[in-house]
Amino acid sequence: MDKVKVAIIGPGNIGSDLMYKVMRSDVLQMDYMVGIVESEGIRRARDLGFRTTTNGIEDILGEEEIKIVFDATGAKAHMVHAPLLKDAGKIAIDMTPAAVGPYVVPCVNLDKLSDADNFNMVTCGGQATVPIAYAIDEAADSSYTEIISCISSKSAGPGTRANIDEFTETTSKALEVVGGADKGKAIIILNPAEPPLMMTNTVHSIVKNPDEDKIHASVNHIVKKIQKYVPGYKLRTPPIVDGNKVTVIVEVEGAGDFLPKYSGNLDIINAAAVETAEKIARERF
Amino acid sequence: MSQKLQLIDTTMRDGSHAVSHSYTKEQVKALAAALDASGVSIIEISHGDGLAGSSINYGFSQTRDIDLIKAAADEIKHAKLGALLLPGIGTITDLEEAYESGVRAIRIATHVTEADIAIQHIKAAKKLGMFTAGFLMMSHMASPEKILEQAKIFEENGVDYVNLADSAGHLLPEEVKARISLLKENLSVPVGFHAHNNLGLAVANSMAAIEAGASYIDGTLRGLGAGAGNCQLEVLSAVVGRMNVNVDINLDRIIHAAELVESMMKRPQVIDTDSLMLGYAGVYSSFLLHAKRAGERFGIRTKDILVELGKRGMVGGQEDMIVDVAYRMAQAQKAAE
Repeated sequence: MDKVKVAIIGPGNIGSDLMYKVMRSDVLQMDYMVGIVESEGIRRARDLGFRTTTNGIEDILGEEEIKIVFDATGAKAHMVHAPLLKDAGKIAIDMTPAAVGPYVVPCVNLDKLSDADNFNMVTCGGQATVPIAYAIDEAADSSYTEIISCISSKSAGPGTRANIDEFTETTSKALEVVGGADKGKAIIILNPAEPPLMMTNTVHSIVKNPDEDKIHASVNHIVKKIQKYVPGYKLRTPPIVDGNKVTVIVEVEGAGDFLPKYSGNLDIINAAAVETAEKIARERF
Repeated sequence: MSQKLQLIDTTMRDGSHAVSHSYTKEQVKALAAALDASGVSIIEISHGDGLAGSSINYGFSQTRDIDLIKAAADEIKHAKLGALLLPGIGTITDLEEAYESGVRAIRIATHVTEADIAIQHIKAAKKLGMFTAGFLMMSHMASPEKILEQAKIFEENGVDYVNLADSAGHLLPEEVKARISLLKENLSVPVGFHAHNNLGLAVANSMAAIEAGASYIDGTLRGLGAGAGNCQLEVLSAVVGRMNVNVDINLDRIIHAAELVESMMKRPQVIDTDSLMLGYAGVYSSFLLHAKRAGERFGIRTKDILVELGKRGMVGGQEDMIVDVAYRMAQAQKAAE
């Protein structure tokens, strides 16, 4: 099949890393980088030979061949972009916290979202922890799941910093809606250590059926599924079962496509977005 | 000293670590009333890790902090009812709930290099008309100049004062002075200090902060707090009584309040080997009890866990890494056998 053409709105760190990931894809074809001002990211895309614009979303809406659009701007902008993309018949992969469409964590619920045309990528911490939360819930039925994501200060961009509540609130909700916990809670910590630490994520869960073997099997299974699209995803501390409490710690090393390897947080959300786009490209176009 | 010294009681916030977040409404009511009569200017109540800190990671509160806040609100007539919020743990929704329950002073705490994650919460608090402080934790991990840069972020966003916390109880008096005096010289808002006693310096460091120009000092009754505890408030009250300091504190009444706390304590608040190591290695004081538990569970010496956490550069809130460290040490021990 021909590769499916994609556009990326928002040529910042996330958008640029997405571009490099799309360039490596067998099914997606990087076509257009969209910005609103001339920037380093626009220049980078232009230098790599892709079409660019600084007129915003308008310039791609009429481009029939572009089927999938990654929106790496902000929540407010995506609220404006989402209906425009829908009317233009394009699939939106929403990297912002706008959550116009359903949350998607590819290894957990992508198969169940065959009707959606707007996919919300939750948060970096959500992509790293919801699969584990889901695996524990599947094996042991979680009544409460809590996650702690620690990212290096250097990999927390201005958007995350200015609205850190969005992280805690969105991730908590995804632990419930996608992860299956009756109640979810999310905590994020920024650590400024030098050299920067890899992203680590701890998942604690209070469960109803603490069957240790089942939990181990379920967690190992999901880790293998994530590793297919996030090679740097590692089970750092396998499930520790202490009474009805289960603890799992995972580490995410970035692929180093555009961002440094310690930015596992940015890598995993982008990898999940590309995984989602690839599946849609294979199945729908 | 030009500005009046304000004492802030955090027995029912930082002190909450020492009783594993088990305060009851009755205890809070009794303490709040006694403290209110003593002349402290802010009485801070929340989970030790701030609003919404109740969790597997930091320990569940026996009573919701909002219910404790409401219980205290009825008793407090003179002081401001305060709370702590750590962005990344608590949110603006938690802040608003605290405000509705009677909290009028909020301190927004971040790691010493991460002040900008507090901007949204500071703005929300100021919008509600709350007395708002920016609170920098683990201040031993940054130079005075770096701290000033971060404090300026708080100042620009409208805080009423900037507080420095020696969360690991690691600083020496001259290091406190260097930090406080640089802020004092360069900020238009007052400066405060929060000590931990892991090296036995909490009162001395608080004195140093006052001498360097701090006008808000934190303390707790009987020194109750994470690690070896905080600056013992009734002791500090006696000390400032002997210094030439302008302060409204009734020594008899604060001593009475301290006596009330004794029956609520679960263990003596002393500098044991493990809390000494916190101070020496510069490790977040709240890690202490969690590290003791992990040490028991995995058969590792608490002291070794704490030192390793220090080496890894762990910051406040990373209690989850205690299990990671203990698990790894236990695996390494097994492999060696």
